[in-house]
Amino acid sequence: MPTYRPGPVSLILAVLVALFLLMPLLAVIPVSLTPSRMLTMPTGELSLRHYRSLIEDPRWLDSILLSLRIGVVSSILSTALALTFSLGVWMFQPRFTAALVGFVLLPMVVPPVVSAVTLYFLLTSVSGLTSFFGYDTWLGVAMAHSVMTVPFATVLILVSLSQLDRRIDLAARGLGATVWERATRVIMPNIKFGIVTAALLSFVLSWEEIGVTLFITSVNAITLPRLMWMGLRDNIDPAIAALSVILIIITVLVLAVRSVVTRQRAAKV
Amino acid sequence: MRGTLSDRMGAALLMAPLLLFLILAYAWPFLGVVKWSFTLPTPGLGQYHALLTDDLVQSVFIRTLRIAAIVTIVSVTAAYAITVVWVRGSPVQRVLAEFCILVPFWISVLTRAFGWVALLSNRGLINTWLQSIGFISEPLTLVRNEFGVIVGMSHFLIPFAVFPLASAMRSLDERVLLAARGLGSSRMRTFWTVFVPMTRSGIIGSALITFVFSLGFFVTPAILGGGRSVMIAELIYLRIFQSPDWGLGAAISVVLVVFVGALMALLFRYVKPKQLV
Repeated sequence: MPTYRPGPVSLILAVLVALFLLMPLLAVIPVSLTPSRMLTMPTGELSLRHYRSLIEDPRWLDSILLSLRIGVVSSILSTALALTFSLGVWMFQPRFTAALVGFVLLPMVVPPVVSAVTLYFLLTSVSGLTSFFGYDTWLGVAMAHSVMTVPFATVLILVSLSQLDRRIDLAARGLGATVWERATRVIMPNIKFGIVTAALLSFVLSWEEIGVTLFITSVNAITLPRLMWMGLRDNIDPAIAALSVILIIITVLVLAVRSVVTRQRAAKV
Repeated sequence: MRGTLSDRMGAALLMAPLLLFLILAYAWPFLGVVKWSFTLPTPGLGQYHALLTDDLVQSVFIRTLRIAAIVTIVSVTAAYAITVVWVRGSPVQRVLAEFCILVPFWISVLTRAFGWVALLSNRGLINTWLQSIGFISEPLTLVRNEFGVIVGMSHFLIPFAVFPLASAMRSLDERVLLAARGLGSSRMRTFWTVFVPMTRSGIIGSALITFVFSLGFFVTPAILGGGRSVMIAELIYLRIFQSPDWGLGAAISVVLVVFVGALMALLFRYVKPKQLV
């Protein structure tokens, strides 16, 4: 517990910053309830028509389902790749580990727009080969999202491995366990929480991804953020406000659950 | 641990899938982009020459650097103010500060940009309110210009600026602060002459991360700038999809990577990676 507490000036400034951070999230609530077709503040009467249009308009529903599918596939792919890589690093501590991890983290450091151009190059080059993989296909988007999320998954799994006691692995090894048994029956059960978090974070990052998606889709693979983008650029549709309110509520709920779970885990240890 | 043949085989087998995936899906195509920058539309250094001479490209570069610098100053200052309370506040203050930092952090960039449109547009919350109290008669232009871009980008980047600062403030030995206060230094003086200098590595890390992120920013400037204050990333997008001038788009991408790489090298000279999280 810190004994050096912030004074009144710090507190006032922090409150101003907090208001700045929360303001745009609160502003979408009144807009989502406007009866007008345009982006305006409600004047008197409120309406839920924009929430209804989210359910009734097939474009929204289609893009939500597509985003879910892409999120699940890319989360599984990037978690699996991050997990095997991290296990290799942890169990064998090969030479050049730092360089290899640095290489894996590149998509996190390179400006997203450059990654987007790179993935655009890749997907347009392979587009001619098959019809289901390449530019503007859902599998192409899922693969591109995996490239972008795999560094985050790797960091999370490496961090949870670094907190693992090496002696339990040494014991298993001394008792004659194979590499496969050590990985699946000793190490992985101990970093379950890290693996689940990595998968969840990958899913959320893919679900929200727009920078790369804009470059690699046109008419077929319209993810939810891509549809929101089109709405924001052309005519601002208050249905986006309704959707934003729902997404904000989900985020707050997930964060609340997460903080309860973390606190319970901390209490157990 | 290392050494035996089967160990090395095991490591190679486990690490291979991800490394192969990234080589095929990321490193190789990036080389393709580099190739574009030298070969499209005609082979040679033409695109790089254009970068140095084209007025439009240069004005976009300068605007990007200017906006990134302003956003960095705004974000680091604001992040500093809220991080002090997050790290050193009372338990209740800490929970509230954490909530205000993490909730926007997890909300998508599009939702956040849209929230600013709802606040700042002509018929948005701020203009409606100012007009209803009779403070202004015509709506202020707060969005679709550089002001809107700076506000939206700072909002996005404040949580990212918080983490290096928080790590620097957590590792600070607070006995030094108590000693300064005990020796009769005022609150303000302790803050400026002891607290701020001791969190210097956090400030450098936070500023460099914010600056690097601002350079490659795409969505927020495109929505809140409304095409009037185009930054580098949006220029790349326009060159690839609207001109289409793939060579120039690729050349700008290559320059951006080199520039960001140099900044990251600078970052790691001053700050150890561990201090950033």
